Amino acid sequence: MTRQIAVVAFAQSDHRRTTDELSEVEMLMPVLHEVLARTGLRTADIDFTCSGSSDYLAGRAFSFTMTLDGVGAWPPVSESHVEMDGAFALYEAWSRLLTGEADTALVYAYGKSSPGPLRDVLTRQLDPYYLAPLWPDSVALAALQAQALLDAGDTDEHALAAIGARSRADATANPHAQLAGPVPRGDHLVRPLRTGDCPPIGDGAAAVILAAGDRARELCARPAWIRGLDHRIEPHSLGARDLTDSPSARLAAERAGAFERPVDTAELHAPFSSQEVVLRKALRLGDEVCVNPSGGALAANPVMAAGLIRIGEAAARVHRGASDRALAHATSGPCLQQNLVAVLEGDPR
Amino acid sequence: MPDVLKAPLVVEFPFTRSLGPVQRAFFTGLREGVVLGARTTAGRVLVPPAEYDPDTAAELHDLVPVAATGTVTTWAWNHAPRTGQPLARPFAWVLVRLDGADTALLHALDAPGPDDVRTGMRVRVRWAAERTGAITDIACFEPYDGPPEQPAAHTGEFENPVTGIVAPARLDYTYTPGRAQSDHLESLARRKIVGERCPSCRKVYVPPRGACPTCGVATGEHVEVGPRGTVTTFCVVNIKARNLDIEVPYVYAHIALDGADLALHARIGGIPYDHVRMGLRVEPVWTDGARHPDHYRPTGEPDADYDTYKELL
Repeated sequence: MTRQIAVVAFAQSDHRRTTDELSEVEMLMPVLHEVLARTGLRTADIDFTCSGSSDYLAGRAFSFTMTLDGVGAWPPVSESHVEMDGAFALYEAWSRLLTGEADTALVYAYGKSSPGPLRDVLTRQLDPYYLAPLWPDSVALAALQAQALLDAGDTDEHALAAIGARSRADATANPHAQLAGPVPRGDHLVRPLRTGDCPPIGDGAAAVILAAGDRARELCARPAWIRGLDHRIEPHSLGARDLTDSPSARLAAERAGAFERPVDTAELHAPFSSQEVVLRKALRLGDEVCVNPSGGALAANPVMAAGLIRIGEAAARVHRGASDRALAHATSGPCLQQNLVAVLEGDPR
Repeated sequence: MPDVLKAPLVVEFPFTRSLGPVQRAFFTGLREGVVLGARTTAGRVLVPPAEYDPDTAAELHDLVPVAATGTVTTWAWNHAPRTGQPLARPFAWVLVRLDGADTALLHALDAPGPDDVRTGMRVRVRWAAERTGAITDIACFEPYDGPPEQPAAHTGEFENPVTGIVAPARLDYTYTPGRAQSDHLESLARRKIVGERCPSCRKVYVPPRGACPTCGVATGEHVEVGPRGTVTTFCVVNIKARNLDIEVPYVYAHIALDGADLALHARIGGIPYDHVRMGLRVEPVWTDGARHPDHYRPTGEPDADYDTYKELL
């Protein structure tokens, strides 16, 4: 019988435009302490640790080895790292727990975007032959996708503005958000996207603890059980994709069981307002679903942590009884190239 | 609290990348003013071409010429071009499906303004004046109102095919060392070497990084250490580093400063390289204007007993 794995705790930093008075480990460590404190666990009680981060963000080689200092890695811990959003680190940890080799896992992610030119930094993840030499920045690529949606009649500028406004209004209830309250639509950053359609650039960290079966029930009053988790990727050539759709998100959701029963909540990792349009369609989310009550990535988008935060926020709603069945989504790459979907459930009340 | 220390940090690499057979033909074609696509088993023509069919993973080798004219499938107006982008003046990013192709190519479109760009508009390649076999051999696209160009037949075989590309990449960062390292650097500027003690295991880390790697807790208590210390281990450097004006061979050593529980590393001077040994007692040598010791030199004390530093190796 398959083991049941749950998210039992979540913590995140206050996301800010800059944290230049803190090193990466100094930014991350309070979040690690907080998530451990929520369960009463110590580092020595954690069977597996997995993190997600990218050296390119702050330009620091092997920065994840430095941040491991904040875990306390002696005696040697069982540890892994992905150069991806922490949601994909969570996937690795979940897989490890499913094997039965571990009962608890610490997953964390952090990103300091402030030291570097983020829009340019993200060009370095692109196809090195056809794309990277042109330095097409992250906003430009999202704008190409937004225009494709406008051309297809899938959205309009008012609908995009409403997504930004709703996200920042909801973020007023999220003390960790970087951008909350009334935010002007602003000028075009790369047309058709306006500043209000784009995520804030900032620094932040997040951590979750996973536990299996009875261990999860010991550590959390209402564990957020991971009923399904899957991730899928699309061809890397942007011009070979239909940018108005996300077959990879749909397939990941299907394989995670998202379509078997309705969800009440969805935390979507849509850094650009236009990407929420794509994901709502691909994930078949109707107006009855509460989408991004945290404010989503339009309210705080610490790169490498923002996807893990979606899982954490969805789980936290299950923990406190605000959701019974939630979908959490994380993305990676340009224009929603790679998508991860998790389905989280609380025990019946 | 002092102002946050900051310094420019440039990360720069010239990435040298080899090419597979399809990309070799495509880039050589660009150099010769020919655009080649790769035909999949299902008959689709991919431009830019892939080495493998994105649908079936089959190896692709059927190269077909397509036109240098095409249709914009989506666009975005870039009013503030960034470093490295194809044009320095405002331009449109475009995905262009070239006539004869089934997929679209990303590039820039040189147009007067956003009102002159729309999805479905016709464009053609503007070739770069000097071409080397790279995606930048296409300088950009330009508006075009003529008929589709008819590409001449081509086998995909060229004289002197390009075999690789060199893609320079440079990113400019502002480095900030954080709280613990800033405190350490501020002290060094006053010629004091200050570490931090872990509140849990009581070890003193120099230089401090803000967290005890054993206990996973914040360090904070400042502890002045040294200035004298002991060479715990060392190596002889025989290769001259670029931009480093130090004669080889020289010795680079781990030095346990008195009072520290972690060895730091520094160059040893003032002694022939082949006289340096484990246990050698050393002290920092400061130079005017520098924010850290230039190197360490022998103090003349008797060597330290192995038992005094064996835990710090």
